[in-house]
Amino acid sequence: MDTVVTPALAAENTKVAIRNLEFYYGKYQALKATTMDVPEHKVTAFIGPSGCGKSTLLRTLNRMYELYPGQRATGEIQIDGENILDSRQDLNLLRSKVGMVFQKPTPFPMSIFDNIAFGVKLYVRMSQSDLKDRVEWALRKAALWEEVKDKLQQTGTGLSGGQQQRLCIARAIAVKPQIILLDEPCSALDPISTARIEELITELKQDYTIVIVTHNMQQAARVSDYTAYMYLGELVEVGRTDTIFIKPTKRETEDYITGRFG
Amino acid sequence: MISLYARRRFVNAFNLAASFLTVVFGLFWLGWILWTLFAAGFDALGVAMFTENTPPPGSDGGLLNAIVGSVLMSGIATLIGTPIGIMAGTYLAEFGQRGWLGAATRFINDILLSAPSIVIGLFIYAIVVAKVRHFSGWAGALALALLVIPVVVKATENMLRLVPNSLREAAWALGAPQWRVVTMVTWRAARAGIVTGVLLAVARISGETAPLLFTALNNQFWSSDMNSPMANLPVAIFQFAMSPYEDWQRLAWGGALLITLAVLTLNIIARVLFREKNPLR
Repeated sequence: MDTVVTPALAAENTKVAIRNLEFYYGKYQALKATTMDVPEHKVTAFIGPSGCGKSTLLRTLNRMYELYPGQRATGEIQIDGENILDSRQDLNLLRSKVGMVFQKPTPFPMSIFDNIAFGVKLYVRMSQSDLKDRVEWALRKAALWEEVKDKLQQTGTGLSGGQQQRLCIARAIAVKPQIILLDEPCSALDPISTARIEELITELKQDYTIVIVTHNMQQAARVSDYTAYMYLGELVEVGRTDTIFIKPTKRETEDYITGRFG
Repeated sequence: MISLYARRRFVNAFNLAASFLTVVFGLFWLGWILWTLFAAGFDALGVAMFTENTPPPGSDGGLLNAIVGSVLMSGIATLIGTPIGIMAGTYLAEFGQRGWLGAATRFINDILLSAPSIVIGLFIYAIVVAKVRHFSGWAGALALALLVIPVVVKATENMLRLVPNSLREAAWALGAPQWRVVTMVTWRAARAGIVTGVLLAVARISGETAPLLFTALNNQFWSSDMNSPMANLPVAIFQFAMSPYEDWQRLAWGGALLITLAVLTLNIIARVLFREKNPLR
């Protein structure tokens, strides 16, 4: 199957250009020649059934897979024209540019303040008062400041699930990345927390390029500007979210979206 | 149907009763040992035990020099063994997953963990005592340190492996280099477990006699000089208990009770720490 860059995307500024990307877990090929563009300052959603490769694709964008032996990617991923799959790419610098929030909230075993400050202190030397400002700014951006401003020194693991996830988003924002990757960020949360995080995503796209993996199609429809449908390691279709949900060009996409799948 | 169910109920009751009896059997001996220790050692526990040195036969005295020697040597052994053990355990859990070095270290550590402590004592005798031609507190501390290391390595590795990978990924995703991830995130997450491991190692060495027999030997007199033979509780107990003098035997009981209570306290502290502070449970 040919994966073609949808013409609709041509109107946007491309932040990430994925070209002929293939991914292997050992001998198993999890992604087949994937080519697509991720537009700047938009929300792009990856949808598809379990095991289709959407999380794998997301984890290539900050090379998270490098943690595990036997996993490798071929092809090219250009961020602002620079190929990040190049072996000379500094991984820590890449990850300071491409933030990530995971499925389950992962607060570090330290205070709320230190959770946010941890990433900041890695790359910028700043005074204590500047650091305080940065922590407050990030917590405000993540709509968590009002709830935690009086208990910044308490441990982050004591917060509720939804608060923990917003703490993780604040932590990712605090280092001022350009791209934020969200790997099913709401799958462990209740509907109210989910709604807050979706609002947050919509606000954050003013400043960041956001890529979200989700199992929840309504969520993709609500928050994303562009949607990519994947199946069995292949990118089936990518385009504007309203087009994909109302008038997809491929039969498989329509079957999945209308629930007639499988 | 009914007979199958009745049979299952019987098997269940039988196995429950059998497990209960084995617990009672084990606790019975433990209770007996503690009871004997208290009965024989309690009246030796007194102020004199902590203020007077080991006496010659036939006169009054205490175990002060032996207590101080034991605390000194165990303390130094812990100070030497803990950093080495934590670093090696960290290497095994965080860095040495892939290569042959990790597998080899893990295997050797397991052997060291189950090595008879008298072998450790003989080893230090051969490489330290025989070379400098005298017994010393340092040699005793070294032998004990060799017993601390494998316990701490094992505990550190196991506790770090309990830290979920998602936590490491989260730190990596912020662009943290690996040493920051380890020191700031995974060590913190496993802190209670690692401290527990160290406490258990201290509990283990505080009763060891064999490695000290060939290294620190013993000393009838007060000495805080690590370069000379040093008194210590286990060897003092061994010597006094084997003697024909009744007052020495009484002191041996008292010393044995003291060690047992100290180990018991350490174990309780370790358990409380692990239960209250471990975020992974």
